[in-house]
Amino acid sequence: MDPRLLTAIVVVVGVPATVIGYIIVIEQLLRLAPNVWRPRLRPWLWLLPALLFLTVFLVYPTINTVILSFQDKFSRNFVGLLNYQYFFTTSDTLIALRNNAIWLVLLTLFAVGGGLIVAILFDRVRYESIAKSVVFLPLAISFVGASVIWNFMYAYKTPGEPQTGTLNAVVTSVGFDPIAWLQETPLNTIMLIIVAAWIWTGFCMVILSAALKGISAELLEAARVDGATEVEVFRHITFPLLLPTVAVVSTTMIITALKAFDIVYVMTNGNFDTEVIANRMYKELFAFSQPGRASAVAVILLILIVPVMIINIRRFREQEALR
Amino acid sequence: MTAMAAPRAAATVGTARRRSRPGRRFVLNAVVIFIMFLWLIPTFGMLFNSFRSPADVASTGWWTSIVPPWRFNLDNYVHVLNTNGMGTAFVNSLFITIPSTIIPIAVAAFAAYAFSWMQFPGRDVLFVVVVALLVIPLQTTFVPLLKLLGPQGIHLIGPGVGSFVAVWLAHTGYGLPFAIYLLRNYMGGLPREVFESAAIDGAGQATSFFRLAIPMSVPALAALAIFQFLFVWNDLLVALIYIGAANAPNLPLTVTVANLSNSLGGEWQYLMAAAFLTMLLPVVVFFSLQRYFVRGITGGAVKG
Repeated sequence: MDPRLLTAIVVVVGVPATVIGYIIVIEQLLRLAPNVWRPRLRPWLWLLPALLFLTVFLVYPTINTVILSFQDKFSRNFVGLLNYQYFFTTSDTLIALRNNAIWLVLLTLFAVGGGLIVAILFDRVRYESIAKSVVFLPLAISFVGASVIWNFMYAYKTPGEPQTGTLNAVVTSVGFDPIAWLQETPLNTIMLIIVAAWIWTGFCMVILSAALKGISAELLEAARVDGATEVEVFRHITFPLLLPTVAVVSTTMIITALKAFDIVYVMTNGNFDTEVIANRMYKELFAFSQPGRASAVAVILLILIVPVMIINIRRFREQEALR
Repeated sequence: MTAMAAPRAAATVGTARRRSRPGRRFVLNAVVIFIMFLWLIPTFGMLFNSFRSPADVASTGWWTSIVPPWRFNLDNYVHVLNTNGMGTAFVNSLFITIPSTIIPIAVAAFAAYAFSWMQFPGRDVLFVVVVALLVIPLQTTFVPLLKLLGPQGIHLIGPGVGSFVAVWLAHTGYGLPFAIYLLRNYMGGLPREVFESAAIDGAGQATSFFRLAIPMSVPALAALAIFQFLFVWNDLLVALIYIGAANAPNLPLTVTVANLSNSLGGEWQYLMAAAFLTMLLPVVVFFSLQRYFVRGITGGAVKG
């Protein structure tokens, strides 16, 4: 049979049948087990597929990567901290580290700050849902698609030629020289972050807007009746009440910034000093065939994310205590 | 907010609106419309350009095409569909996305049900592990998994259809922590009495799961399905790793477009048409199911 047709059948029929069949089969098997054992075995059989996937695809590889990061490029001999020494003494990887720091600060600032402003402004107009959809839409587009879109926004032609890039058309129409947005350091990294912010502002907006609507209108009105201005209401009531949600979306944006890959890969591939850790890791692995160094880069990324992990667990525990 | 308070709250919002001066309202509307405009410009620019001829795209900006005489055509779309393998890539994206959405949601639903409604030792500790795994960067898994799934291991990765299976499994592993987390929060919040009375009536766990937990969790399941669908459809990194940038017959849309972006150089009009083809399905899904999607992310991030 044609392999593509076979794939299609597997995709549409085989996969759903297998996953649903699993539960039916284990429940039949449990009937064979003695009564006492049934409730003890059942949870583990229900959890088994999930535990297998989590172990094979997350837990085991993470541990193995840490080990590999201390080994040579053939993953045979231990080389101590050599791969880490390489990371911290090579200018290209240090630039990647610096750029991720810029990503972290600016993406969080742009997306969370922008999302907050947009949520508050849109909350006050009648066509709120349409306005929100517009800002939210880029989230449905792939980063690859977004990168292509923005490549065209940033297009650059030498001064004197008609500028076909939207931004340079604006810049030249007010009398300035066109700017090579993606080549001038450090401007180019900021331009890449703007693409990411264009995508993620909608995400922050939706979450912040939901929290905003949870604030009691009576509370705000009481403050206004007492003579507080809109700015005062925001500073002393709205913002403090939104703060936990701001913290949640900020942690999400921090992780997004640390993992930034697609936009850099498609738009500049790390050239002109725009390298980031995730793209560097991909290059070490495929372009340079250095699994040891690639693992070290990945471990550094993991270490940067551990504080967020701890915050998440702590927050989860607090929520559970309230349940 | 109680039912009593709702109309009153609406009334106070009304007075606040009425009180603000017309000048302020105008500025507010102007700012909001400006923001909407700003967000739409990049996409509109490319949409217009994708329907223009190469010569036009190279010589004038997209905004000149808005006014007559209109010279839009479908040539770029015809070209990318015929010569750049976009048709095959579209089908490949479906091959990758459908199982990569179904498997993790089903597996997560089993686990979430066990976490919510079954007693077993180590349950809470195990769930904290799931929360910890939420933020693991995919990058830390690539080197060992390439070995495991590649020629040195079980040899799924390669030119055959096996690389699809590798991507399904990988996306399942990566998507599970969030899926379990979201579904367990939702299923755990379902009324206990329903499950207890079903058990008293003699319903087994499988019956409770398929007849009660799943139908009652439809909003969360729908949100998750849209999420995972968009994530996988739009994914570049996982496809690059497990299928490979050069594995021509199996490439999904994102990798094809990324490759085109490297190879086409000046032929931007094709790239734009290709990029729009990748956006078609997610944008339709997004607009038709936006309500569920929004509920999903607000429920996942700010619980309660």
